[in-house]
Order: sequence, then structure tokens, then C-alpha cells
Amino acid sequence: MKKYGLLFISLSLGALILGAFFGVLAAVQYVFPDFLKEVIAFNKMRPFHVSTVLAWIILSSTGGIYFYLQEELKLKPSASWTYKTHFWIFVICAIAIYVSYFTGQMGGREYLEFFPLITIPVLAGWALFGISYFKTTFKQVTNWPVYLWMWGTGIVFMIYHLTEAHLWLFPYFREYFIRDFSIQWKSYGSFVGSWNMLVYGTLIFVMHRLSHDETVARGKKTFFFYFLGLTNLMLGWAHHTYFVPMATWVRFLAYLVSMTEWLVLLNIIHGWSKNFKKKEKSSIHHPAYSFVMAADYWIFINVFIALLISIPFINYYTHGTRITVMHSMGTTIGINTNILFASLIYISVYLNGDRIQKVIKQLRIGFWLMQSFLLLFLISLLWSGIKRSIWMYSQGEYLPFSVLHEEIKPALISFLISGFGLFIALALIAWLLFRNGIYLAVYKQAGEASNRSKNRW
Amino acid sequence: MQTFNNITGNRLVIAILVCIFIIYNIIIYKGTQPLTAEKLSDDALAGQLLYQKNNCTACHQLYGLGGYLGPDLTNIISTKGKGPEYVKAFLNSGIKSMPRFHFSEKQKDAIVAYLREVDKTGHFPDYNARMHPTGWVEIKTKSE
Repeated sequence: MKKYGLLFISLSLGALILGAFFGVLAAVQYVFPDFLKEVIAFNKMRPFHVSTVLAWIILSSTGGIYFYLQEELKLKPSASWTYKTHFWIFVICAIAIYVSYFTGQMGGREYLEFFPLITIPVLAGWALFGISYFKTTFKQVTNWPVYLWMWGTGIVFMIYHLTEAHLWLFPYFREYFIRDFSIQWKSYGSFVGSWNMLVYGTLIFVMHRLSHDETVARGKKTFFFYFLGLTNLMLGWAHHTYFVPMATWVRFLAYLVSMTEWLVLLNIIHGWSKNFKKKEKSSIHHPAYSFVMAADYWIFINVFIALLISIPFINYYTHGTRITVMHSMGTTIGINTNILFASLIYISVYLNGDRIQKVIKQLRIGFWLMQSFLLLFLISLLWSGIKRSIWMYSQGEYLPFSVLHEEIKPALISFLISGFGLFIALALIAWLLFRNGIYLAVYKQAGEASNRSKNRW
Repeated sequence: MQTFNNITGNRLVIAILVCIFIIYNIIIYKGTQPLTAEKLSDDALAGQLLYQKNNCTACHQLYGLGGYLGPDLTNIISTKGKGPEYVKAFLNSGIKSMPRFHFSEKQKDAIVAYLREVDKTGHFPDYNARMHPTGWVEIKTKSE
């Protein structure tokens, strides 16, 4: 299980570099519309980018979970054929999805544009993940810490919402536009909530290991926020669709549920004020700690933005603009990627602390490049989002869209430059972790490295 | 005993949430559609499939949901100065990042039929939306 966990992680690091590269190419097409238009036009480039970076989030969480179950929690893996088959199914699906995009044999919907039949083996892979996970954990752990609940919830809801995203294949759903469209966006909202369960579960696991504080994993407050997150996953999706004319109560319920996230924000502020009063802990010297802290700050910023744009009055002006993209990029890069890097650094230190110590300066450079370019990236999106909102509500009737596109070009150039900087930073960190931690463990010194470097920090 | 209570309590909360979720989903799957809604025609369904197969959503939006490289198409058919011929002209020629699609006349009609039936469902942006002091925004369907 450990080896396959590391194979998932290797694949995820490749996906991160490739996905960020596709993102740069797509950003070039924003500024220079004819770039690669005849080979891979934007309608193909975007799915290449989106699917590949989503693969980074999902594969690295999955790999981390497999690794932690056996190596850190010391659970005996059961049914080895499940996780082995899971890995190979995902490899084959990744190839099939790329072929689908490149040949233009698509037919799916936004975020899942590939040929819909490919979803069947993807679902089979998730089902195998579920079997492997629950068979390993059910009998061996009685009082589950919150991260086991979160990982289990993430897997189950991922299967459900991936299926739900394909209900359009049935005429009952497809034939009525509003029903179909609402359910499509319901599934996407909850889909994000599901992978967040996997990622945030990983964050709590790493924090628990760094702090050695039992309340992080089993405290009442921790469980309260898990249940709050689950409620948001189930009922909060409709803040994406405030202006789709579906039943009012569904949208109003989503407004109410979304507002409960103020509690998350207050909890972060409370946590900070407590930490300021505390003296330094040994965990802050662990290289993973800076990524955990960065994720904490980005969570604060993004929850604040999410709360604002979940208020319908504000959403009215931001919906349909790149302000929404700013929020989603802030969460996928600022929160998810920082958390996953923290997890992979934790694993790399565990496997080969000596090598990681030697590249710590380069990792720090990568870390600061990533945070700085991300900030510029989000500001560029905010800038173009505000311009579009002004256009929509005061100029749209007499100013053609092409004029707006020309007007926001400086913001798009800034978006491209910061996107390229982000690509360099992400690729640097990914390569350092692969070369000095994961690669050695998978292909060269598995076992040896592990025993030598345990608990170095 | 404390541990037992914690485990039972957690399981109970999960069970309650899952029950709520099941009921909620049944209602959503049955009741999100406005009562006045009409089924999409066969032409519109064919157009919807073409919209998907060519991944129009990478650049265009419906109700503000989709890509940002092109304009929102929710009311493209009923907007003054635009309409079916305007849509077909772009499908014929392409523009900037938008590739030139080689659709047959029947396929172009199907895409227009889809956009026409989407247009009938509501407005985006809704310039007549009513703001409430609670932060809520009231919207109207086209039939209201």
C-alpha cells in the first residue's frame, strides 16, 4: 500500500507540472488569441489544464492517504488487489481522457468534458479506493479521529457526486433545462466539498503529527467543524446558482448554510490570537510548517471572500466575472496546493530527511515565489473581474464584448506573467520533492531511507 | 464510557445528516423545475449535445456559469441587435480565440433552438432583480 501511495504521489507531481504548463498555454491564448488555435484551440486547452490540475489534487490526496494508513498509522493493508487495480485504472483513465481531449471526442460537461463512458472506470477506481480504505480502517481502528471520518466521507461523496454529475444522461433530467442545469451545478459544488474533505483531512493529519496535540484530531471543536463542513457540502451548493430561476427555498437555504462559515472565520482568528500568546513549539522548525501556515492565511482570505460573494446582494455583481475565478484559484492553489505540499514534505522528510535538509533553501525560494506570484495572480483576476462587472451592469448594452476584452488586456498580461511565475515555483517545489524524497523511496532506497530518517524534525 | 458516547454521538450526527441529505435530494430531483417550464424540444436537445461536444462552455456562460473568454449566451437570442443570425454568423466565421466550426445548416439550427429555449427560462444579468435589506436578491422567471 505504501509503494502504491508513493506511485500515486509521483503521478500527482507530474500532473501538477503538466497541468500548470497547460495553464500557462491557456493564459497565452487569452492574450494572443491565435496562439496554437489550429492545433489546440482554447475549448480543448482549458479541459487539458483543468482536468490535469484536478488530477494533482485528487492523486496526491489519495497517495497521501494510502501512505499514512500503512506507514504512519501502522494499519495492516487489506485486499492488495484493490489499491493496485485502483492505481492502474486511474493511469488508463488518464490516458483515455487525454486521447478524448486531443481528438475532440468530448461530449461531457464543464470540468468533466471527456467522453462520458470514461466515467464508468473512474467510478470503479473510486469504489476500489473505498473498499480498500474501509476494509483497512473498519476493523483496526475503533475510535476514529476526525481525519479518518473526513477521508471516508470524501471518498463516499466523491462517488455519489461524480455519479450525480452524469444524471444528465437520463432524459428525465436532460429534458428540463433548469432542473438539469441546477443538478449539474449542485454536483459540482458538492464535488469540490468532497475533495476538500480529502485535502482538509490531510491537513488535520499533518497538523496532528506536527503538534502531537490529541485535540487537533479528536477534540469536540474539531468534530463540530467537520459536521459544519459536511452540512455545507450537502446543502450549500446553491450559492453558485442564485440567479438560476429554480425553487427559491433551495437558494435561500444555501444562503443561510453558507453564512455559517463565519464561524470558521472566527475560529481562525481565535486560533491566531491563541498562538500569539503561546511560546514557539518545536514543530515550527519542520519544513512542512511554513506550508501549513501559508494554507492557514489563504484559508482566512478565501473564506472571507467566499462569505462576501455568498451574500446574494454582492454575488449579483460578482457572479459571471473573474472574481469567482479568483476565489476558486485562491482555494485550489492557496489552500489545497499548500496543504498538499505540506503533506508531501512531511512524507519526504519521513522518507529521506537528510536529502530534504540539503535542499531546504531551494524549497524556501519555491515557497516564497509561489506565495508572491499567487498574490499577483489573484489581484490580476480581481482587476479583470471588476472591469467585467462594470461592463455587465453599466456598459454591456452599448459596448461590444470585444471592446471589453481589449480594455482588460493589461490585467490579462499581468495574469499571464504571474501564471508563468506560479508555474516555475510549483514545478521547482514538485521537482525537489520528487527528486529528493519520493523518487528515492519508490525506486532506490525504500525501507532503508525510511528507517534512517524517521522523526528527524 | 466517554469514548463510547463520542463514537455513538458522531455516528448519530452523521446518520441524521445523511437522512436530511436523502430527503433533500429527492425533493431537488423532483422539484427544482418551475411549474411553468416546458420540455426542451428534440432540436434543442440536439443543440445541447453539440454545445457539449464542442465544449462551448470553455469560453461561454449560461446564467453566468462557464468560461470567461467569451460573452454570456443566456439571452443572446432575445437581445436587441443580436439573435439567431448573429449566432450563426459567429459559428460560420469564428472570431479571435473562437475556432471556425464546420457545422451543417441543420446543426446550426439545433444550436440556435437550444439557445432560444434557454433564453425563455429567465434573465441573466437580471436588471430588474429586487434587493432586500437582508442581502437577499429576488429574481423573476420570464413567465412571471
